[in-house]
Amino acid sequence: MAENVKPRVRVPRTASAGEVITLKALISHKMESGQRKDGDGNTIPRSIINRFTCDFNGENIIDATFGGAVSTNPFMEFEAKVPESGTFLFTWYDDDGSVYEESKEIAVS
Amino acid sequence: MKITRRETLMLAMGAAAAAMIPSAASGAAIDDAIALFTGGATPGEGGVTLVAPEIAENGNTVPIEVSAPGAVAIAVFAQKNPLPDVASFKFGPLAGAQRAATRIRLSGTQDIVVVAQMADGSFVQTSQEVKVTIGGCGG
Repeated sequence: MAENVKPRVRVPRTASAGEVITLKALISHKMESGQRKDGDGNTIPRSIINRFTCDFNGENIIDATFGGAVSTNPFMEFEAKVPESGTFLFTWYDDDGSVYEESKEIAVS
Repeated sequence: MKITRRETLMLAMGAAAAAMIPSAASGAAIDDAIALFTGGATPGEGGVTLVAPEIAENGNTVPIEVSAPGAVAIAVFAQKNPLPDVASFKFGPLAGAQRAATRIRLSGTQDIVVVAQMADGSFVQTSQEVKVTIGGCGG
């Protein structure tokens, strides 16, 4: 698999120290649930993003586990506390072993 | 062969019992999934909220939002999906709030159950019914 997998994240550019900000992360992925059948009645094997994590300067914010019931192009919205300037690291883990990463800087004043 | 009234009744009861087995089985599947998350503890009430639409036209993308202040983890279950485990979220030290929103698939009208594990190790749960017009399993 792994065709056209494109992560997209939304992070504010700046924040004040200790502020709670909302982060949004989406990755384009077909999220084949493993429940569907093709035209010949054969089950289409599962191929999903099974885990998503977000860290800030090495400290964890959220660690999500996805099952087959998470929609195509899995979307996550959550909140983070930012104590200082740094980098958000978003990581998606595919069933096929691929790991997709995206990082975003934030300036804290 | 002559079918007596008694045999007809027995047949009807057998058919009714057979029809009930799948629903009973899917009910047990969600109980097992929740027990796996809670380690067998019975969840209490309150302290966890689920925001989901009352009616979802398309079961392929149903937006949900869960929050439980003070929770360390939140798990989402769908009662009648072929696999009741939908997603679970663990919150790290930098989580600004114990809140997460995502989009899920629902196979049909059913209850969504959300169980949160609190910092003291106790569990709380809430549930809401979502009516689904078109199921999202591609059956």
